[in-house]
Amino acid sequence: MEVLPEFKLHRPGTLAEALKIRGSLDEARYISGGTDLLANIRRGLTPTENLIELSGLSELQRFEADADGLHIGAAVTLATIGNDPAIKQDYAVLAEAANAVAGATHRAVATIGGNLCLDTRCLFYNQSQWWRDSNDGCMKYEGEICHVVPTSKRCYAAYSGDTAPALLVLNAEIEIAGPDGSRRVPLDDLFNDDGIDYLTLAPGEMVTMVHLPAASKSKTASSYTKLRIRDSIDFPLAGVAVRVTQENGKVTALDAAVTGTNSTPIRVTGCDAFVGLEFDEEQGQKFAKLVQKQTSPVQTTTTKPQYRRRAVTAMSKTLTQNLLQALSA
Amino acid sequence: MNSVLQMTVNGRPRADVVADNMLLVDYLREVCGLTGTKIGCDGGECGACTILADGGARLSCLTLAHSCAGQVIETVEGQATRGELSAVQSSFHEKLGSQCGYCTPGMIMTSESLLRTNTNPTEDEIREALGGNICRCTGYIKIIESVQAAAEIINASREAAE
Repeated sequence: MEVLPEFKLHRPGTLAEALKIRGSLDEARYISGGTDLLANIRRGLTPTENLIELSGLSELQRFEADADGLHIGAAVTLATIGNDPAIKQDYAVLAEAANAVAGATHRAVATIGGNLCLDTRCLFYNQSQWWRDSNDGCMKYEGEICHVVPTSKRCYAAYSGDTAPALLVLNAEIEIAGPDGSRRVPLDDLFNDDGIDYLTLAPGEMVTMVHLPAASKSKTASSYTKLRIRDSIDFPLAGVAVRVTQENGKVTALDAAVTGTNSTPIRVTGCDAFVGLEFDEEQGQKFAKLVQKQTSPVQTTTTKPQYRRRAVTAMSKTLTQNLLQALSA
Repeated sequence: MNSVLQMTVNGRPRADVVADNMLLVDYLREVCGLTGTKIGCDGGECGACTILADGGARLSCLTLAHSCAGQVIETVEGQATRGELSAVQSSFHEKLGSQCGYCTPGMIMTSESLLRTNTNPTEDEIREALGGNICRCTGYIKIIESVQAAAEIINASREAAE
């Protein structure tokens, strides 16, 4: 891999200081765990002259529960989230998704904010400079065309964060801060279905906090399942998060979200159709169809899109059936 | 941009003038001369560069040296005490946990970090902890046996001390 280019590392002591530094610079990137960003910088993918380190900021380390729910600072590590007994108990899907990211050594420093803002990935993008140059780059970086869909006017790099679908089914909200102030929005509003402009953050903005609503009182089950080449470390070929509640054998609520298949995490719409029904084989098939219609993997990985398309539907159906079975037991 | 970086490496406090864009692995190998820490994939995929920062396993190829200012860094060179191999090191030697040896420093540091917090890991826990460390000789069974043997040595010496 190439050497790191020259840059200045800023290590602010407070969030206000970090935002002030950012406001004073024309160009900069925030860094926390750096597990994805540093590798990308070394590959010449995300050139920057200034890195602003956020991992030490106490404001972003907040991790507490109150009557409103659970509040997780953006710099809380995935290891902390994945091992937290309260999250495992009340927000199982989030713990499972956090634990499914990369390897244990990555998770010790990788953060929830970083995972949400993870750069989109593609077979033609996450390569060395030499490899990319031999293809004249690609639309996402230093090139003209999208090699995945050559006739396309947009980039199809895949959003690959594991925690986003989990947080979507938990109806998380996020807080965003920038040099011009802060705002709180539903997590859905962070993403954009475009491989290049995959986040709606304005220049200089960062995610500072994830808010989860208080755990549901009704009998809920949630889980995350992930398809990848090596189970110990890889990015998702597809990932599915599901949350269900059930009463007297009938579904009372169903939420599903998918990652790794499109340039944005997909919240599956139309799940209300299953409320009041028994989730039998027929409904399972219908649910799988629903997921299939809304997800569209293309050749962004070495694995064939057709396989990923079939896998994601099967995973969605099986995961939901298993969760409902666990609730009935 | 260069500035003074202070940290403790294998028990010794150091102060060096280090560039902002220097990775911890390059600092350890080129400034400190500690070439036991290996560069394998160079992008966080293989674990050969694993070191301990304040006791926790870290990938030194994905860590900026300056991000570790003030921390206690340990490498494979710091594991032996007065010429005697650590429990993990001697177990890797006895149980043939090392073949070509290139992944071994990373394997040893990740195992060390695991055994400091969990002296009775199950096989699954060992596999999970070492999930990011790749051995291209594929000697994983022997590596897991080595970690189990190290756990036994650590527990036996604890009992003897009590």
